[in-house]
Amino acid sequence: MIWYIELVITILVIICGIAAITVRDLLGAAILFGAYSFMMCLLWAIMGAVDVAFTEASVGAGVSTVLFVAAVFRTSRRTKD
Amino acid sequence: MKIIGFIIVLLCGGLLAYATSDFPYWGDPASPASMHVSAYYIENAVADTSVPNIVTAVLADYRGYDTMFETAVIFSAAIACFFLLRIFTPESSQSKLYRHIPTGITLRIAPGGKLPEKSDTFERIDSSWVPHDLIIKTACRLFIPFIQIFGLYVIAHGHHSPGGGFQGGVILGASIILFAVSNDLRSTISRMGEKITAFLCSAGVFIYAGTGALCILLGANFLDYGALASLMGVDPVSARSHGILIVEIGVGITVMAVMVSLYYILSSGGQLDEGL
Repeated sequence: MIWYIELVITILVIICGIAAITVRDLLGAAILFGAYSFMMCLLWAIMGAVDVAFTEASVGAGVSTVLFVAAVFRTSRRTKD
Repeated sequence: MKIIGFIIVLLCGGLLAYATSDFPYWGDPASPASMHVSAYYIENAVADTSVPNIVTAVLADYRGYDTMFETAVIFSAAIACFFLLRIFTPESSQSKLYRHIPTGITLRIAPGGKLPEKSDTFERIDSSWVPHDLIIKTACRLFIPFIQIFGLYVIAHGHHSPGGGFQGGVILGASIILFAVSNDLRSTISRMGEKITAFLCSAGVFIYAGTGALCILLGANFLDYGALASLMGVDPVSARSHGILIVEIGVGITVMAVMVSLYYILSSGGQLDEGL
């Protein structure tokens, strides 16, 4: 059973990672990156590294998303390329 | 140019993916890390430090140097962000927006103009001001104390459960950022100013390195918390446990202050005046 969950989460990690670098909207990229971090956090927790999962949830999915959104707010929402 | 970059990325990624096939399998008992290093920590960590969470014992005691310089890296990230992005503009050279609260009329005061006196009828607003949502403000006001209590719990309970200085500090910083998002940046800075965050950034590193230096003064190695036993009046094993708590508090203070000051600088474009 846990094997299926791991597979689904790994596929979601890959989808979020590719989407975060291809999407044109930088705000959307920041939020996709937060989703990526959260999925990684679940993966760490499944592998038994609870401390790393905790750090990933608080730093990756929490504060860094806010910092990205703050940077997008001060610059532009569209990519140039 | 884009195609060349894509090919280089693909090659590097393929090389890395190929290299992972040489790694030992996950949880392999015959891998070098599981044979010598982990076994020592698992057998001796509780007897050496009386800390049940072995991860905390390794991070803050056996590998204390690593964590100290990680804290220093975070501190220097805040310093670098300050020097690169902080812009000092004289207070009088900007136009300011004031809102007359009873009527809702907005006044734009040109540079050098006379500012309204501090009272309940006028409030300073940002150029991107929107009416505050009462639900968001009240919900955040309810949440923030619990988030802060949880952050303190994570720092203090890092010995027994997952957590510690980094995670607890980030949670404490996030509570202050939540206040800044739900209210405005100026009212947050009036509660926790730039000088306070700069002081706390360095104070955490100082607590960590100072604990290590205190151990030298007491005749032991740097960061050998067992030497603190005579100061605390406990046996060396519990002294190491308490020493871990002290350095975790230092890490928490630095991480909290760094997160808050990064948010201040990024969200206001370096001016610390108008923000998200």
